Amino acid sequence: MLKAPRKTGLVFFPAFDWAISPTHPEREERLLYTQDQVFEEGILDIEGIVELRPELATIEDVQRVHFCVPDVESAMTESHFISAGGAMTIGRAVLDGEIERGFALVRPPGHHAMRMVRGGRGFCQVNNEAIMIEALRQRYGIRKVAIIDTDCHHGDGTQDIYWHDPDTLFISLHQDGRTLYPGLGFPEEQGGPNALGTTINIPLPPNTSDAGYLEIVRDTVLPILEEFEPELIVNSAGQDNHYSDPLTNMNFTAQGYAELTRLLKPHIAVLEGGYSIEGALPYVNMGIILSMAGVDYSHVIEPDLCPESIAQPPEVTDYVRRLGEITRRNWNERHDRRAALRANGQTILRRSRQVQYDTSGILERQEEAIRLCDDCGGALRIESVTDQGVPVLAIHIPPHACDACRQTGRDWFEQGKTGDFEQVFLQDRPNDRFEVA
Amino acid sequence: MIIGLDVGGTHTDAVLLDCRGVVERAKVSTDETDLFRSVLAGLDLILEGTDPGCITRIVLSTTLTTNAIVRNRVEPVGMIVCSGPGLDPEVHRTGPDYHVVAGAIDHRGREIQPVDPDEIVAIAAGFRERGIRQVAVVGKFSCRNPAHEVRIAELVEPYVERVFMGHRTSGHLSFPRRIATTFLNASVYPIHRAFFEAVGGALREKGLSAPVHIMKADGGTMSLEASIDAPGQTVLSGPAASIMGAIPAAPAEEDVVVLDIGGTTTDIAILVGGVPLLQPVGIAFGRFKTLIRSLQTSSIGIGGDSHIQVSDGQLAIGPDRCGPPRAFGGPEVTPTDAFVTLGELNAGDAARATAGVTEIGERLGLDEHAAAQTLIETACDRILAAVDEMVEQVNAQPVYTIHEMLDGYRIRPTRLLVLGGPAEHFAPYLAARSSMKVSLVPDWGVANAIGAAMARTTCEVSLVADTERGLVSVSNSDAQWRCDRHYTRVDALRQASEALRNLAIESGADDEDMDLELTEDIQFNIVNGFSTTGRNIRVSLQIKPGLIHGYRLPGSASSRLFRSEGC
Repeated sequence: MLKAPRKTGLVFFPAFDWAISPTHPEREERLLYTQDQVFEEGILDIEGIVELRPELATIEDVQRVHFCVPDVESAMTESHFISAGGAMTIGRAVLDGEIERGFALVRPPGHHAMRMVRGGRGFCQVNNEAIMIEALRQRYGIRKVAIIDTDCHHGDGTQDIYWHDPDTLFISLHQDGRTLYPGLGFPEEQGGPNALGTTINIPLPPNTSDAGYLEIVRDTVLPILEEFEPELIVNSAGQDNHYSDPLTNMNFTAQGYAELTRLLKPHIAVLEGGYSIEGALPYVNMGIILSMAGVDYSHVIEPDLCPESIAQPPEVTDYVRRLGEITRRNWNERHDRRAALRANGQTILRRSRQVQYDTSGILERQEEAIRLCDDCGGALRIESVTDQGVPVLAIHIPPHACDACRQTGRDWFEQGKTGDFEQVFLQDRPNDRFEVA
Repeated sequence: MIIGLDVGGTHTDAVLLDCRGVVERAKVSTDETDLFRSVLAGLDLILEGTDPGCITRIVLSTTLTTNAIVRNRVEPVGMIVCSGPGLDPEVHRTGPDYHVVAGAIDHRGREIQPVDPDEIVAIAAGFRERGIRQVAVVGKFSCRNPAHEVRIAELVEPYVERVFMGHRTSGHLSFPRRIATTFLNASVYPIHRAFFEAVGGALREKGLSAPVHIMKADGGTMSLEASIDAPGQTVLSGPAASIMGAIPAAPAEEDVVVLDIGGTTTDIAILVGGVPLLQPVGIAFGRFKTLIRSLQTSSIGIGGDSHIQVSDGQLAIGPDRCGPPRAFGGPEVTPTDAFVTLGELNAGDAARATAGVTEIGERLGLDEHAAAQTLIETACDRILAAVDEMVEQVNAQPVYTIHEMLDGYRIRPTRLLVLGGPAEHFAPYLAARSSMKVSLVPDWGVANAIGAAMARTTCEVSLVADTERGLVSVSNSDAQWRCDRHYTRVDALRQASEALRNLAIESGADDEDMDLELTEDIQFNIVNGFSTTGRNIRVSLQIKPGLIHGYRLPGSASSRLFRSEGC
């Protein structure tokens, strides 16, 4: 009888009755063939691999992370609550010591969902990983978390949520934004002034194969991860770097994914994108599961794999190497850069930007202000209005906020009530409270 | 009239039923070394004075295959496996003659790699040289396309006595379980066939010409002829027979827990609307996880003869049985001795029983009466905890759609139905300690034989249609046929029920007992690029376990109800 060296949990929630639209890539049968493969391989009979039934995320779980306008209920379908809940189930099982590692194979995905939710972005409404992480922080008191986003699309939602959080290391490896949605995730994007350096973007050129991908993980990602010393490692496990994915241009294989998982050693993996539902997902998911559990994955090979046709061109190899150097340099210089930002004595830093909700066809304008703070993530103020109007104000006080930032946050909230906003929200994390005025 | 006979580990029970109920009942000791004799002895007893021509149905349940597997008294099997990508197929090795060969099929039933006939023939010739007569051929995803298994079987057949194919076992996906199931079928085939051909012959000599059915682990039956093709289905049929025997006493409108309390163990099963729950995939049996359909049961090592010890001031009950209770000359104190001590069971040597319970009491600081009470109550609490655990486990089974997640039926049992040797004595204590109503199955002593006699023929088929490939496959058969783009779920349902009916008739089912139930009903678009190019339709149908029509037994109204003290 086959036994897994590491006790591994799976939440498998294919949501066979949920789709964005009938021929949309994010549709009912996305995990059908993966389920077929997982069942046919008898994965759930391996001693040490357990299947867990997902819980439902609650509205409070969502409000710890997001400002949903006008409310959580209108942003989410049942499937979103189950998907986020599935990630939470794995997280709890890991922290309760029931399992060593776990993989939430859930849909819909979430890593394009930002802190403000005014519609759907990149097939995502809410951020499954962030909802899980904040629930775990609240419940288990953990602090330092690393998220490695290996979806082929930049994890702009997760980046946005943790932009100002020095306790969360967010590393996204993705296809270069100049060639793929959402067109973001460049090395210059390194986090807000209180958390500069803990956001790391590694935009890989099209046609990167296993070789380049794994090299930059080994030489750049792992050393940074080790230095950050996270209590928990989360992998946003998108599977669209695969050579057969219809939406992307990368050349990653199932073996590559299994090896990546072996290197990253994530406690928790959460499924993100991946739309080659027949040619890639069954094999990639098998590779990830076996690798997590410590079971031999050397026979998980796509039937149509032709290594010669996806060999990595030398110019890609060189480019990826330079990218690694830049990334390591940025990481090493992060403290100096953070200090430089404070040189002119400013106390509040502002930025304005536009956010596109492509799945819902909405354009949002945001005016953001962050209190510069050396003691915590800083009080955050977001004014948001969409092309359909409806201005709102959202205030976020981070979990370990200092007294000054707590006060600033409360003041902003009180002032906002008299302002010209349809709704004013307060995410008061130290008190685990959400208020709407 | 119909006959049910269950050869158990200790006793062989037999009943003769007519439309009004049990006419004859018999209990003889099982001779483990000669089950054939046990079967005939049981039959002779209940047939005394009955015209064999009046018998219309005979159902047998035996421990034959179970024992053969447990004691490893099975013939060697040659195993041929086609794997393709995935887990290393070596991890599924069944024995020395295990051959991984070329050939692979993917999840949609497409050929990835062809079979190499020369390779197969060379292996088959080796089987013949080594005297291997039974061969099992199993491919990954063979239930989506049996072509490779069929081809390999054709090549091997000239060299051996019998070839079993994986896709004939079940429509469920699980390559390792398909390997184990096909292996078991092949390995118990010679012993099963020899035994039941002998039984069939003996019955004919007695003038019994009624069809003979064999009990399966899923609480259903199959004809003797069908059992030769799938002998593995007969493992652990005894516990299933007992559970089926409890059904007449179960109110259909309640969720009911059945407790079969034996000497060493208590088996727990759940009835929903009078129908027992089935294992989601198949039975797990020793080192084998299989695709053999079976009732969902949970077993706890507590029974009337469980060994009782005190260690560190704590009572420990079971899981071992160290011979009979003290009252019957055994070495260790058991719950049965407690019943004797309390005067609730008038049997055996009361003085020996009481002396034993007194010893236990001394170590607990209790007199013999209190010790006996405590001992029984502890056993009941353990059993009830196992019931709760099983219900919780059933309710936690994963689901894969939002609909199931939000509207999932949760089992809330309101009644315990108890049967088995010591059941009568345990029942009042269980009633006092559980919020459920507790009742005793009437005729509990032969409920297993009644269950066998009345169990209907069960079977299951799964159909997968892939309208993009234009192909329909049905499990448990070699047939595949073409379909066009206009093939719908309705067509799939019609063809699946036809296939199920045919299979059921082949397995000995009666037309009036065909209670078809849909167990899977899903369909998906197959999308290429951004347009729909076909549909993947999956339906599964079963004849669920139940009782045949035309035989009435005293129902729930006549079962003895034990009131809990609070009422």
